[in-house]
Amino acid sequence: MADDPIISLRGVTKVYGSGPTAFQALKGIDLDIAQGDFVAVMGPSGSGKSTTMNILGCLDVPSGGEFLFKGRHVERLDRDQRALLRRRYLGFVFQGFNLLSRTTALENVELPLLYRGEDKKTRYDSGMAALDKVGLKDWWDHTPAELSGGQQQRVAIARAIVTQPDVLLADEPTGNLDSERSVEIMELLTDLNRNSGITVLMVTHEPDMAAFARTIVHFKDGLVESVEYGVKA
Amino acid sequence: MLGTTVILAFRAINRHKLRSFLTTLGIIIGVAAVVTMVTLGNGATAAVREQISSLGANVLQLRPGQGFGRGGGGPRPPDFKPADLAAIENQLTGVRAVAPMVQSSGTAIYEGSNWSTTVYGTTAAYFEVQSWKADTGRLFMPEEEEAGKPVCIIGNTVRTNLFQGNDPVGKRIRIKGVSCQVIGALATRGQGGFGDQDDVVVMPIKFVQRRFTGDRDISQIMVAVDDAYDTSTVQTSLEELMRERRKVKPGAEDNFNVFDTKQISDTLTGTTTILTQIVAAVAAISLLVGGIGIMNIMLVSVTERTREIGIRLAIGAVAREVLMQFLVEAIVLSCLGGLIGLFLALIASLAIAPLMQVPFIFDVKVNLIAFLFSAAIGVVFGYFPARRAAALNPIDALRHE
Repeated sequence: MADDPIISLRGVTKVYGSGPTAFQALKGIDLDIAQGDFVAVMGPSGSGKSTTMNILGCLDVPSGGEFLFKGRHVERLDRDQRALLRRRYLGFVFQGFNLLSRTTALENVELPLLYRGEDKKTRYDSGMAALDKVGLKDWWDHTPAELSGGQQQRVAIARAIVTQPDVLLADEPTGNLDSERSVEIMELLTDLNRNSGITVLMVTHEPDMAAFARTIVHFKDGLVESVEYGVKA
Repeated sequence: MLGTTVILAFRAINRHKLRSFLTTLGIIIGVAAVVTMVTLGNGATAAVREQISSLGANVLQLRPGQGFGRGGGGPRPPDFKPADLAAIENQLTGVRAVAPMVQSSGTAIYEGSNWSTTVYGTTAAYFEVQSWKADTGRLFMPEEEEAGKPVCIIGNTVRTNLFQGNDPVGKRIRIKGVSCQVIGALATRGQGGFGDQDDVVVMPIKFVQRRFTGDRDISQIMVAVDDAYDTSTVQTSLEELMRERRKVKPGAEDNFNVFDTKQISDTLTGTTTILTQIVAAVAAISLLVGGIGIMNIMLVSVTERTREIGIRLAIGAVAREVLMQFLVEAIVLSCLGGLIGLFLALIASLAIAPLMQVPFIFDVKVNLIAFLFSAAIGVVFGYFPARRAAALNPIDALRHE
């Protein structure tokens, strides 16, 4: 593991609203995530784990505190700068898959490359390589409606890794899948973490899924309750 | 980046073919309507201009009268005298030909057929002024004019109704009870701005004066201006000459009118042009409505595709790229609609022009302007929905059901 953490939160707070109706979702989070780690984030609803994931995904900004990503102060970046950071370093996998409908698997996977301005051949080659990695090379011309839930999630993972990101953020990736499909997805994430060196951050409710991670962070009432290291060697 | 955006726009349009078509329908109809109207209107203007030029170019028509019409209480202004005609012929410069005219109406009879028509009494100069030639037979001889012989030249409508395709030359017809010999038949002129120009019997003016009108007055004088001279200069000289001869006091209004056929032509083409513009303006409103239609559908589309926008933003699209995507989508839609509209206008104009008996004139400028206007509509009405899409918060957008 590298010495400098890839992600570092220092006293991060988040307040929604203002005045008497203000709600403090995060009350001061300190968290370091090392490069190449596989982190599961757990906690009950309203514990602040989703808010933290949004901040870590550079989709949202903290109300206070510091968020360093690769040594850069994300809290000081504007909307477009954060978008470019996501484009360059991050990949997202969602519980609801969030693929574009009526769009083939390959076109879905190529989407981030389009925004990177890659040419047609690079898009095709990288897109097919990513689909191959998730075992769906032969399904490239199928639309989401023609794919099963597990397949859709694997297309979504292919889309997240096609840009070879440093960090993959997965928000309950197995929430909509049966246990057999869930295990397949977790094995895929583990493989990407081990063999492609991608740092994986995953929110989950299920201890079975969290067991695949190397580090488990427990959230409670807007604070980090505990961190278990080396759950799985 | 623009290339990417255009690819995305075409993909999005392709994914929703029916909706895209319905979205552009307003633009299609609007552009088709405007371009068809303007094309047909230009054709009509050209047709009017052509008909009027058939009246003869650079011709001044001199008639007694005050202002337009003979309103008011005063006595009817007098007709012209033969001396007036001689004065115009001898004193006015820049005149190519001068034709006196008297007019009468009556029935022409040949064997069993009879036909109610207009009788013109004039001289051979009339045909020169009008650039009108005989289709068969001949025009007046000088001695026929001089003596006012009972001869006549008939227009094509009279010829058709009396002779049904038989040769009329040499036949005798009766007009208002007087027998006369047909010496020629005129070439067809068609429907002019003033009714059927072919429904006419032309006779020597002296004959008509003697037998029908009963005096030597001339009701109208047509003056053909030499091409080398300016029509308006000749018109001014003619007006001065007539004021002098008709003893119009200085400062008093003319008791005659001089019409310039070019002026009439300009007035009539001006009228058709204005009508074209009015109709085109009404059609342009439908184009505007089409633009609002695009905005409407784009707004719905933004709401419907909120999650898609969220995905794009999460993946790393910057606000400007999302804005451009929706803007380009609107522009591509409106441009496609514009092109289809132009195509439909072409078909419609080609189909309708012959029915309206006007020429089809393809005006590149009109088509280009209509197309650019449709593109501009895409920009204007696409901007608002596009800005709304770009302003979405990625977290909320992803959560959108």
